[in-house]
Amino acid sequence: MAWARETDLGAKASTAKSGATVTLAIDGERIEVPVGTSIMRAAALIGARIPRLCATDSLEAFGSCRLCLVEIDGRASFPASCTTPVAEGMVVRTQTETLARLRRGVMELYVSDHPLDCLTCAANGDCELQDVAGAVGLRNVRYGYAGANHLAADHDGSNPYFDFDPTKCVVCSRCVRACDEVQGTFALTVDGRGFASKIAASQDEPFFGSECVSCGACIQACPTAALQEKSVAKIGIPDRAVVTTCAYCGVGCAFRAEMRGEELVRMVPWKEGKANHGHSCVKGRFAWGYANHRDRILEPMVRSRIDEPWRKVSWDEAIAHTAAEFRRIQAEHGPRAIGAITSSRCTNEETFLVQKLVRQGFGVNNIDTCARVCHSPTGYGLNSTFGTSAGTQDFDSVMAADVIVIIGANPTDGHPVFASQMKRRLRQGARMIIIDPRRIDLARTPHVEADYHLALRPGTNVPVLTAMAHVIVTEGLADEAFIRERCEWDAFEDWAAFVAEPERSPEATEALTSVSAAALRGAARLYASGGNGAIYYGLGVTEHSQGSSAVMAIANLAMVTGNIGREGVGVNPLRGQNNVQGSCDMGSFPHELSGYRHISDNAVRSLFEADWGVTLDAEPGLRIPNMLDAAVDGEFKGLIIQGEDILQSDPNTAHVAAGLAAMECVVVHDLFLNETANYAHVFLPGSTFLEKDGTFVNAERRIQRVRKVMAPKARFADWEAVQLLARAFGLDWNYSHPSQIMDEIARLTPTFSGVSYAALDAAGSMQWPVNAAAPGGTPTMHVGTFARGKGRFVVTDYIPTDEKTGPRFPLLLTTGRILSQYNVGAQTRRTENIAWHDEDVLEIHPHDAEDRGLADGDWASLKSRSGETTLCVQVTDRVAPGVVYTTFHHPATQANVVTTEFSDWATNCPEYKVTAVQVAPSNRRSSWQERYETHSLATRRIEATPR
Amino acid sequence: MTTDEKLVYMANQIALNFARLGRDDAVAATADHIARFWDPGMKTRIFNCLLETGASLSATAAEAVRSLGAKTTEPR
Repeated sequence: MAWARETDLGAKASTAKSGATVTLAIDGERIEVPVGTSIMRAAALIGARIPRLCATDSLEAFGSCRLCLVEIDGRASFPASCTTPVAEGMVVRTQTETLARLRRGVMELYVSDHPLDCLTCAANGDCELQDVAGAVGLRNVRYGYAGANHLAADHDGSNPYFDFDPTKCVVCSRCVRACDEVQGTFALTVDGRGFASKIAASQDEPFFGSECVSCGACIQACPTAALQEKSVAKIGIPDRAVVTTCAYCGVGCAFRAEMRGEELVRMVPWKEGKANHGHSCVKGRFAWGYANHRDRILEPMVRSRIDEPWRKVSWDEAIAHTAAEFRRIQAEHGPRAIGAITSSRCTNEETFLVQKLVRQGFGVNNIDTCARVCHSPTGYGLNSTFGTSAGTQDFDSVMAADVIVIIGANPTDGHPVFASQMKRRLRQGARMIIIDPRRIDLARTPHVEADYHLALRPGTNVPVLTAMAHVIVTEGLADEAFIRERCEWDAFEDWAAFVAEPERSPEATEALTSVSAAALRGAARLYASGGNGAIYYGLGVTEHSQGSSAVMAIANLAMVTGNIGREGVGVNPLRGQNNVQGSCDMGSFPHELSGYRHISDNAVRSLFEADWGVTLDAEPGLRIPNMLDAAVDGEFKGLIIQGEDILQSDPNTAHVAAGLAAMECVVVHDLFLNETANYAHVFLPGSTFLEKDGTFVNAERRIQRVRKVMAPKARFADWEAVQLLARAFGLDWNYSHPSQIMDEIARLTPTFSGVSYAALDAAGSMQWPVNAAAPGGTPTMHVGTFARGKGRFVVTDYIPTDEKTGPRFPLLLTTGRILSQYNVGAQTRRTENIAWHDEDVLEIHPHDAEDRGLADGDWASLKSRSGETTLCVQVTDRVAPGVVYTTFHHPATQANVVTTEFSDWATNCPEYKVTAVQVAPSNRRSSWQERYETHSLATRRIEATPR
Repeated sequence: MTTDEKLVYMANQIALNFARLGRDDAVAATADHIARFWDPGMKTRIFNCLLETGASLSATAAEAVRSLGAKTTEPR
């Protein structure tokens, strides 16, 4: 569509729940609107645009600019339309000679203190001040421009993505209010009074050094060029906009990709996006520069051995080489010697095709996905208790929650846009319980403070959750009516007897978990009796030896308190990557087909066999860690890896490297020569989310369109590359558009049966199940009945990890993410986000640091039974004594050199969150880091192309 | 750990997590879990481990693997 600013009705919709309406007349036209609606919004709904500067429909009305004055019959003076609610029978005039004169007078004052550089201003053509000047007919400024003004104020260009030019600021406070109301960071303020008023970040600091998190809300709110994207200043105003979905985290923000020709000018969060409602974070809003980064590989490459330089080849040669190699391997080593890994960064259509290629083309089920190492326990745990693997709510449900429980998740860093919504609800008065070894930002942030922060010892989620259940059951807080109606009573009785045992009590487990019994009892009582209780959890739950048990323990808590099956409650896994939910939905796991149906189910398999014209293997295939083990043993020889960097992301890097090195044909299909590519024999250049059509599914099961805004830079979108491979394997695939792949998914997957591109385009987005029973989708699951019928309580015995601390490794390492970086950093390290986080650091408690003679910024060796790395320390009491924390965003650190191969008992999800380590001062990189750098340089060589 | 040691470890870990069910049900649950989530090569390998180094499998895991082995040797 041609570019135009999004419709802005100037004021928020009424929040009145009565449903009552009032009728009024505006400029002679009758209109009926909900009670509580502002005159400005009502006028906008009939197309009457009242001039304004401080008002916008994403913020509460403020009434400061004095431009939106109207006349109302029977009322004296000229009320501001943004702050005046409609009333029955009201007669309003928005355009009169008197109003025009008043507005021109106000605009004269604004413009008298504004640089008149419109022709060279970055916002020329996209400036509300300019628009209003035109709308009120401003033709001259009687006061001249020589009076006192702000035109000499200092420009702040410190932020990598936007500029703050105070000379263009009209102090409307929209940026301040956006930071407060939308983002919830409260980093901005109006400093000074009257004429001296100015916008200040934190304590009047440059934006970059302030508390600003670069979410972009202030820029979006700014009516002038005072806050302006640098990309717009550089490229110009866009000429078209395409609505698409962010390719970072599992929130799934909808954006307008604003373009000039084929050049992306900026990403602007779309107000109609149902996951983000027009908000964004620093990654989605700004960190898209990787799409054009010079490191992108745009031609296929092959080599016979990894110590040879890469050789650029045609797509035909690369595809033919891959097919020939995989056929040879199957002939020499058996059909099960090859497989593939799908990506949670790719679309549903692409992951569906990759698993289809493996099952239909390779004749095996050796297909797995990166969810193996993050949320596979969610699949097992929620399927065992509720009957399906998915979060139960939509994000908006949090606005009806009374008690928010956050377990092993750090929403302000990992899922920042949802965290902002959560903070809005918390500021309204919802209570909060945090269960996390680390003091995450939400524990105490402006106007938000957790009622309980249970800083448990890493690895003790299950005893903490079971102790909460103990309190609920033994203190009579269970919702028996719900349990009797909705759950298997016998299983409940067994479980209740188990949790009621004295050894499960908070007092009995306090020494093990480090959580005070009193705090735990308080938290359990609050969750059970504080109204709607909603649980949100992340990888701090799943990435443990007991990951699946902890997920089931969470489900048990929701069922025993009746906190499931309606708005405001539920169990919500916060998915790490953009399409973790979708890649799992699409049958990426080796034991199940799309829609979480087991491969051994004859009826399900027959459905696919009939559609695909092959006989499918009824046995599960290998999971990622099993593939690597089999490779080391010489039994697994060929692997296609799409959009993942397992060398950096998977545990025990040395073992991953050994597995990859033992294979005969590793195919990496990616944007960059990532770390895994250092062990690859074929490189297929990938496409970014800007270069293809498709769909993602976010953490709330919302299926959203990804829309192509530019041609694939490497010629083929990823789904097309997979189709080329399939044809080389002899499969008769003829998809001409991803919509046809979605049609096949819908045909074969009951929970997607009502999904099509046409339906998605019409609805904007849909939450599965989308089927005959729920043609518009399902915002809340398990209403009335669970997916499996009756909910099932599962006894979650605590089996401690075998990763133990001791004299050699006395500390516990836990790993996570930060706001500015994403996963292995392949994308975000290739953007200006590097300014915030250019290396992984090790957080260590002051006591532990002092014991070791370490100070802030010192180099330290981090050593475990698996390996050793060296990184800088950050001394902080955010972590408890005995616990250290780092991120895994940088290959120079490779935090996973240190993590172990212990894994969840049910799913093999690695235990990233518990590694026994020692930390000691160091003055050199570890031998692994030195060896790896040498290896990395050698294996990244590309043969010069003859001219 | 070698792959055999890992498989034995994994089987014991599964059995331990089902131990609360009681011996017979734990054996059945362990066998069912392995059947549903392990690839045929892993199943064959753990069965061979049972034959060769059965002592390192817990009693529950060993019985589960034994029952699986009997099933996998049946014609399919």
